[in-house]
Amino acid sequence: MSPRPTRLRKISNPPVISGFKPYGIKKNTENNESIFLYLEEYEALRLCDFEMLNHQQASVLMAVSRPTLTRIYSRARQKIAEGIVMGKQIIIEGGKIYFNSEWFSCKACGCYFNNPDKQEEIKECPLCKNSDFTNIGDAINKYEIHSKIN
Amino acid sequence: MRVAITSTGNSLESKLDQRFGRCSYFVIYDLETKGIEFIPNPNKDTQEGAGPASVQIVASRNVQKIISGEFGIKIKSLLDSLKIQMIVLKEPEKKIEEIIKMLSN
Repeated sequence: MSPRPTRLRKISNPPVISGFKPYGIKKNTENNESIFLYLEEYEALRLCDFEMLNHQQASVLMAVSRPTLTRIYSRARQKIAEGIVMGKQIIIEGGKIYFNSEWFSCKACGCYFNNPDKQEEIKECPLCKNSDFTNIGDAINKYEIHSKIN
Repeated sequence: MRVAITSTGNSLESKLDQRFGRCSYFVIYDLETKGIEFIPNPNKDTQEGAGPASVQIVASRNVQKIISGEFGIKIKSLLDSLKIQMIVLKEPEKKIEEIIKMLSN
């Protein structure tokens, strides 16, 4: 029998940075390895430790069960601890997730915006009218496929 | 089309407020008539539920876009269902005047 597929986790706030780099590395202990902190783990950490929600509340927001949220959260802490202790770089990307709604980021003015009307396609940034923007949701979907292959 | 901007004060010189629910003032800007209206936010010091109450104020003015520094969890789904576009601008030093200029271009 094949196992049940992983339920997609809902992300309501994408991170403002793409990772962390260690500094002041002592000699001979240089470590070029990096850790991939999945977006679902980032989101669990944000809800539990930054928004100070309990696991039950956080699990509802991420559309998973309470035990699953607890597992995601403990993985997040384990990865961050490993990064700090071993002096590894932490990269926030990947994971089996979907966004609350489609979000875009404008390269000209640096703002983020969503598409409230999914029937219509967005052609320009609503603030500066620049057409140079990227779909953050799409970029994430690629990682999702990538991590599924592995 | 009308746009709401969260402001720290009631003049064009004021800066963009980084919070939505507990901002000091809402600026309602009409793109067609170029009219600007300042509304003081009564939910500024509310303990709980400031977000949804603020959405009510803004939605009653028929805005289609909201510009702010951040939106809380409760508000996102609410604005999604109201089909109001959220624009997150993480620049606390931006003046209301500059944002209106950007919108009119």
